[in-house]
Amino acid sequence: MLGGVEDFLGYMRAGSLWPATFGLACCAIEMMATGTPRFDIARLGSEVFRGSPRQADMMLVAGRVSNKMAPILRQVYDQMAEPKWVIAMGVCASSGGMFNNYAIVQGVDHVVPVDIYLPGCPPRPEMLLNALLELQTQIRNTPLGANRKKIAAAAEQAALTATPTSDMKGLLR
Amino acid sequence: MSDKAGKDKAGKDKVLEKSPVETAPLEPGSQSTHMDLASATPDPEGRAPITLINVREGMFSGAGDTSGFGGLVQAVQMPGKSERPYGEWFDAVVDILEELLGDDAQDAFEYVVVDRGELTIYVARDHLLTLMTHLRDDQDLRFEFCLGVSGVHYPDDTRRELHAVYPMHSITHNRHVRIEVAVSEDDPHIPSITSVYPANNWHERETWDFFGIIFDGHPSLARIEMPDDWQGHPQRKDYPLGGIPVEYKGATIPSPDTRRQY
Amino acid sequence: MSPQTFTTNATGAFASDDDAPEYTAYGQDWSEIAEEAKRLGQQRIVVNMGPQHPSTHGVLRVMLEIEGETVTEARAGIGFLHTGIEKNMEYRTWTQGVTFCTRMDYVQSMFQEVVYCLGIEKLLGITDDIPERANVLRVLMMELTRIGSHLVAIGTGGNEMGATTVMTTAFNAREDTFRIIEMITGLRTNNAYIRPGGVVIDAPEGTVDYIRTLLPDIKQRLDELADLQLENPIFKLRLKGIANLNLSSAMALGVTGPMLRSAGLPYDMRKTNPYCGYETYDFQVPTSTDEDAYSRVVLRMEECYESLKLIAQCCDRLDAMEGQPVMVADKKIAWPAQLALGPDGQGNSLEHIKHIMGQSMEALIHHFKLVTEGFPVPAGQVYQQVEGPKGVLGVHLVSDGGTKPWRAHFRDPGFNHLQALSILCQGGQVADVVVAIATMDFVLGGVDR
Repeated sequence: MLGGVEDFLGYMRAGSLWPATFGLACCAIEMMATGTPRFDIARLGSEVFRGSPRQADMMLVAGRVSNKMAPILRQVYDQMAEPKWVIAMGVCASSGGMFNNYAIVQGVDHVVPVDIYLPGCPPRPEMLLNALLELQTQIRNTPLGANRKKIAAAAEQAALTATPTSDMKGLLR
Repeated sequence: MSDKAGKDKAGKDKVLEKSPVETAPLEPGSQSTHMDLASATPDPEGRAPITLINVREGMFSGAGDTSGFGGLVQAVQMPGKSERPYGEWFDAVVDILEELLGDDAQDAFEYVVVDRGELTIYVARDHLLTLMTHLRDDQDLRFEFCLGVSGVHYPDDTRRELHAVYPMHSITHNRHVRIEVAVSEDDPHIPSITSVYPANNWHERETWDFFGIIFDGHPSLARIEMPDDWQGHPQRKDYPLGGIPVEYKGATIPSPDTRRQY
Repeated sequence: MSPQTFTTNATGAFASDDDAPEYTAYGQDWSEIAEEAKRLGQQRIVVNMGPQHPSTHGVLRVMLEIEGETVTEARAGIGFLHTGIEKNMEYRTWTQGVTFCTRMDYVQSMFQEVVYCLGIEKLLGITDDIPERANVLRVLMMELTRIGSHLVAIGTGGNEMGATTVMTTAFNAREDTFRIIEMITGLRTNNAYIRPGGVVIDAPEGTVDYIRTLLPDIKQRLDELADLQLENPIFKLRLKGIANLNLSSAMALGVTGPMLRSAGLPYDMRKTNPYCGYETYDFQVPTSTDEDAYSRVVLRMEECYESLKLIAQCCDRLDAMEGQPVMVADKKIAWPAQLALGPDGQGNSLEHIKHIMGQSMEALIHHFKLVTEGFPVPAGQVYQQVEGPKGVLGVHLVSDGGTKPWRAHFRDPGFNHLQALSILCQGGQVADVVVAIATMDFVLGGVDR
């Protein structure tokens, strides 16, 4: 019964993800290019880029987030209505990118929870479409209710017992 | 601070040679980084050295110099003061400026450098505003564009650490000149030239933001790039890059300013 | 009625204040009410546009004080995209700096690379040793990027005014320029193609023919854009006579590029201080005397057509110079790695690896030293300018004799243009602020660096 509801809701939610415009830097230009006829993000459901966060489902953080911009990023994220997802587009949004310095937040996951990390500097529009499709698959398969609690608990356990990245030795054998 | 050199034999004003970095007294127990410029690497064309840019010690900076050159100390200067004739149209411009400044020319001009086909005039800050007015107004000079202020920080150039560089461009005569003013970190005041070149408004704010040079007379000297409550002046050499160590699978690489580099 | 002092709290305290004026509206006496309101003084509203806003060219905050529809004060707040690129460049070698400076103004990325490399070449004293084919490739890249940048300006300008078709058409044309750039450099944007000493790799076989097949397509889309916009009555109403900036204001504020040329001064660095061989090309500099937003859009379209002419001339020259080197001959400066398309889509050319590993010890040493340490540049400072699509782009480079810049400062044209925002907007209407921003054509990446 829950499975049926999950399928239905997942299908509906993934069908038309309207992005909120959060284009910051070079990735914003590639994001705009994805909206243009050669790549056309509208055919995948993202018909319009809404300026108002209240009308948007998904936030595409495209570009480098500076320390001055971070509070605004959080404010826009908070103003979005549930359900909402975040794609960190580009390496600067995912991890700070090539700008490892005083001015840039080293990954927007310091500020907002991220669902999909899309590397690239800037990622090609096809890569952005791939990330969007990946997000849609994720949304379609989102567990709800009791299933969600079970999976969240399992994920937390796994995270607590996992090896930290800098200790993962011996992988090049 | 400057010695007033008199007129030379021909009675013409000599462009003043300011005495360069005076040897700072050695603090007990510390390695002096302020070198007597006379013993530093000589200028290839034998010119008298001026701005001490950097004193490099060892081969690598950052952690662990394994090259064997750890004891190497190198002082690097800017290309030295040029002697007349400067060549091309440079003499004409300097002559006109000296004429317009009249008696102040001795105090105003610190050095003139001609290097790589460009003219740089080092100016004392008290005469900057007058000089800029002449540069804009005199019809043989007519430098309509001031292309902003670029700050440069030379921590080893004692008492002249902060330089403000004004590139000037003349459309009428198709010329380019650079005016440079040097001030100390303890007294980083330079008169603002926004009354002559309004375009410099934001550039001076940016230079204040990044270097801490205070422009007296600026209508609103506030931070422009950094958040309003930021502490410190990021582009100074003693301000760290601020990067964090990057985590890889099995290793951590330190940030660019703390890791070993040439 | 006794004179009232208005506070800005229109609710609460106001409603319980017995001295507060009371209006009752019946519909037909609006003129009387309006008179009353004007007599008693109007309220000022402060509107904050941005930094996240669909109508801005990046993260710009505009603080507007408006009275009714009229803007009384407009102030720009920047710094939301400040990346510390200039400080980062002080910790990287001269060649690695190219990858940083290219991302400043990401729409005109090649121009930043060119100005930076020209500055380094001036410091090194090898400006005359750059091979001719490298210069032609640089000009080709610059003109393609110029078209791209103007198309972004025109396209996003149209989009901000509500006409999305303008943006889709402009970006379609831009995709053609990207196809060419991708064929030569491997990337659509942020390419790091132009290195000190030349360009990193030669154009592959068939490039010139490919460009020649695409040029008519680009021209056709430019014609479409012109048809769509320039005679459109709504477009003209929104842009003619808006955002005027006359010549004296432009020069006082250090405004260059199409904004200066729209005020009547035909100033173009490609003509006055040519670089990369621009003096040998045949092109014109469109100028207008209308000073308004409409003339700037027309100028940008005209410059796109001029760039197409330049690209055609570059193609002819590339044909004539087949096989010539694209990097300076001095092996102590020339970027060593030759690149080739490997089975996984990237990689060093196997020829090059065979050469350095098996044939020449010197080549191996040069490769090693250049890639790890970089080349040293004699101490000194230099200033280099190029004519970017937005205006004069300048770089001030200081070298301390080492392999990393001591200071690299870029003078971005958008920085000066944004200063002029107040002058362009004050006294106009709120909707014209958007038009002014669109035709000023700055990019916050370059403004904030």
